[in-house]
Amino acid sequence: MTDTIRETFARLATLDRDVVAIAWLSLRVSLSAVTIGLLLGIPLGAVLAVARFPGRGALVGLLNAFMGLPPVIVGLVLYLVLSRSGPFGSLGLLFTPTAMVAAQAVLATPLVAALTRQVIADAEDHLGEQLRSLGLSAPRRAGVLIYDTRFSLVTAALASFGRAISEIGAVLVVGGNIDGHTRTMTTAISLETQKGDLSLALALGVVLIALVVTVNAVAALLRGHAVRAYG
Amino acid sequence: MVVPRRGFLTLGLLALLGTATLAHAEPASIVVASTTSTEQSGLFKHILPAFEAKTGIAVKVVALGTGQALDAARRGDADVVLVHDRPAEDAFVAQGFAKARFDVMYNDFVLVGPKSDPAGAKGTDITAALTKIAAAKAPFVSRGDRSGTHSAELRSWKEAGIDLPAVKGDWYRDVGQGMGPALNTASALNAYILADRGTWLSFKNRGDLAILVEGDKRLFNPYGVMLVNPDKHPTVKAKEGQAFIDWLVSPEGQASIAAYRIGGEQLFFPSATARTP
Repeated sequence: MTDTIRETFARLATLDRDVVAIAWLSLRVSLSAVTIGLLLGIPLGAVLAVARFPGRGALVGLLNAFMGLPPVIVGLVLYLVLSRSGPFGSLGLLFTPTAMVAAQAVLATPLVAALTRQVIADAEDHLGEQLRSLGLSAPRRAGVLIYDTRFSLVTAALASFGRAISEIGAVLVVGGNIDGHTRTMTTAISLETQKGDLSLALALGVVLIALVVTVNAVAALLRGHAVRAYG
Repeated sequence: MVVPRRGFLTLGLLALLGTATLAHAEPASIVVASTTSTEQSGLFKHILPAFEAKTGIAVKVVALGTGQALDAARRGDADVVLVHDRPAEDAFVAQGFAKARFDVMYNDFVLVGPKSDPAGAKGTDITAALTKIAAAKAPFVSRGDRSGTHSAELRSWKEAGIDLPAVKGDWYRDVGQGMGPALNTASALNAYILADRGTWLSFKNRGDLAILVEGDKRLFNPYGVMLVNPDKHPTVKAKEGQAFIDWLVSPEGQASIAAYRIGGEQLFFPSATARTP
């Protein structure tokens, strides 16, 4: 065990450009997926928080459950949909980074929506009455509350980023772990583990964790800066 | 309301950046569905650069078990398949999913097990070895994933006259994974396992395992390559795919395969029969 750890740090020093390319792909895919997740999930969550309609409770429950959507199932369903023999086969998206973005976006969206709904629902408890008394429509109220809670929503973005960049089940199935094309940090770690090269797998793991920590640190800095400037 | 607009602008820019960098124009490329043994042994990494440099065709290898690779090809998700399960390959051609199959190379399977060899399986006869393992109920790890290696293992049990479903118990671990993970499991359990020589040679986490049976003719492991029939799937890149196959079986491709070595040991032996153009 101690040998493996010592070796891991020795390997860290020798990681080459391939690893940089893999890390960059992971980052691009997951950030793209999170962006889509935010664009879809925030409005969805906000509307669910302010609107009142029949079946809303069931929908919220479903959304919360979908935070735990199993990545490998998402991957499998998307694989069948994107396969040449599937309904969207003509797009030729299987085994491409775009397919991986789509899979991770499916995982990120319910997470963003559910967390947004919670944040906005709490804000509504405080401000809802006031906003309604101004005669604002539900979408307008949702808009105001999104703006009001924008700094808290960073957490939703970070949580969905964490889910996206750390999952392997979906990207492995729809991406195919193709060297130099769809190999991400997680599929590369899995491959090295399979090859029995545990120290290289661990070294890649250290890189992945560093990447996640860095993204979170940058987000915290930006958020702090934004709060001071505009809060 | 300048701030939220700027926020949305940033989001929009991010989205654009994402799609723009992901959708950049790609050179000609083919998808090759192949086996974990060819990928994990490092063979593709060794031979592909020469082909790609020569033709400008990028080869995207998806490493699956042989059964899964053939399934992906049946659905039209690959242009070329390079696998190692002759009966399954012949069925693939017979069903019209490929027009022809070409010999590419071979290596062999080896029976790997604990150096102490509690079942006394060491030797040159795979059926005798399996009979002893079953009799001793010594831990044995099976791929269990419909891969070429799994098929070969099941064939060997049959040839040894052992009715696997009847005798299998706790000692027989069906892991349902690729060659590497199965070897990792065998290494952890100090169990016997049938492995392809290529993956074994490139495998680093061997623990106390060593080759016990090799050189039995029945452990011959031939690889074949096929272009997916474009009549079945019009999206198949027939020209590029055939170019790859032609290169693999050409003297240049065959020499490249023969030149791949790990620790001085050759992993794959070229076997293409010379074709007249």
